[in-house]
Amino acid sequence: MKQKRLWGTVLLFGCVTLSMATLAWSDGWEREGDEEHEGRGFMQQTAGVSPAINKAYKNECSACHFAYPAGFLPKRSWIKMMATLDDHFGENAELDNETTNEITSYLTTHAADQAPNRFSRSITRSIADKAVPLRITETNYFLRKHREIPKRMVEGNIKVRSFSNCISCHTGAERGSFDEDGVNIPGYGRWED
Amino acid sequence: MKPLMVLSSFFILASLTISQTALATNSSIAMLLEKYQSEGANQFDANKGKSKWQEQHIQKKTGKPVSCATCHTTDLRKTGSHIRTGKLIEAMSLKTNPKRFQDTKKIEKWFKRNCKWTWGRECTAQEKGDFLLFFQSQ
Repeated sequence: MKQKRLWGTVLLFGCVTLSMATLAWSDGWEREGDEEHEGRGFMQQTAGVSPAINKAYKNECSACHFAYPAGFLPKRSWIKMMATLDDHFGENAELDNETTNEITSYLTTHAADQAPNRFSRSITRSIADKAVPLRITETNYFLRKHREIPKRMVEGNIKVRSFSNCISCHTGAERGSFDEDGVNIPGYGRWED
Repeated sequence: MKPLMVLSSFFILASLTISQTALATNSSIAMLLEKYQSEGANQFDANKGKSKWQEQHIQKKTGKPVSCATCHTTDLRKTGSHIRTGKLIEAMSLKTNPKRFQDTKKIEKWFKRNCKWTWGRECTAQEKGDFLLFFQSQ
């Protein structure tokens, strides 16, 4: 009897592992599909922005911080960003040439002024033609959207610390969802204005 | 008998994976050491690595003295944290963290970034080899 139970547990464990792996696999495929159909209707129907999908970008950049959607800054900003990685907001984040080129090409082709979705269009419109912002948090669109949030909830909040930590409050940020509905400020809860 | 066999095969598999990790790490380090020697480095010395680890350098931009240990701590077995961003940094000790040094490209990437950030210049082949030996010894 005992033996049977052990075998049952092993079998169950195996099944769970397999099904989880399958789920992860199919999720990966769907995301790749999203990229292909982007700009042909899919993204236009949502208020969201395309999440970071490039493998090199995700690997390299999210080793230190949230992989900000490329559609949050215009092409010229990404070009400057990638050309100044030796002083990346005070850190040295240099990459080899091959990786730098791959990531630059991903970011610039998916940049705010290249993406057709509503979100990116609003961001682009909020930036002066000659400005080359490197901080998403300094764009007028960002400032407008966050002006009602008291500083104590972000900068004074040990669990958030900075407006650049999207994921601390925007629970759907990794899927490209920045809707107000998905906001949960640590220690304060949901945000509704 | 059967469950015992299942269990023991699990253990064998697990220990195989662990020893493979250690092997991959050691061969990556060996490859780099060889490369550094071809670039003109002499015999490597873990003790030199250790003293360089704590050598203070004034950062041009901030005017503050920093060393490798400022973020990584002096005890390589401990988790470090970045002085400004607070990002947690995995332990550097090979014994505590054998998975740390398997990817030669990644090692070189971080040497370049961190030497420039901390010392204001790239590390020499000799210095990098001394550091690797220091990590291995802890």
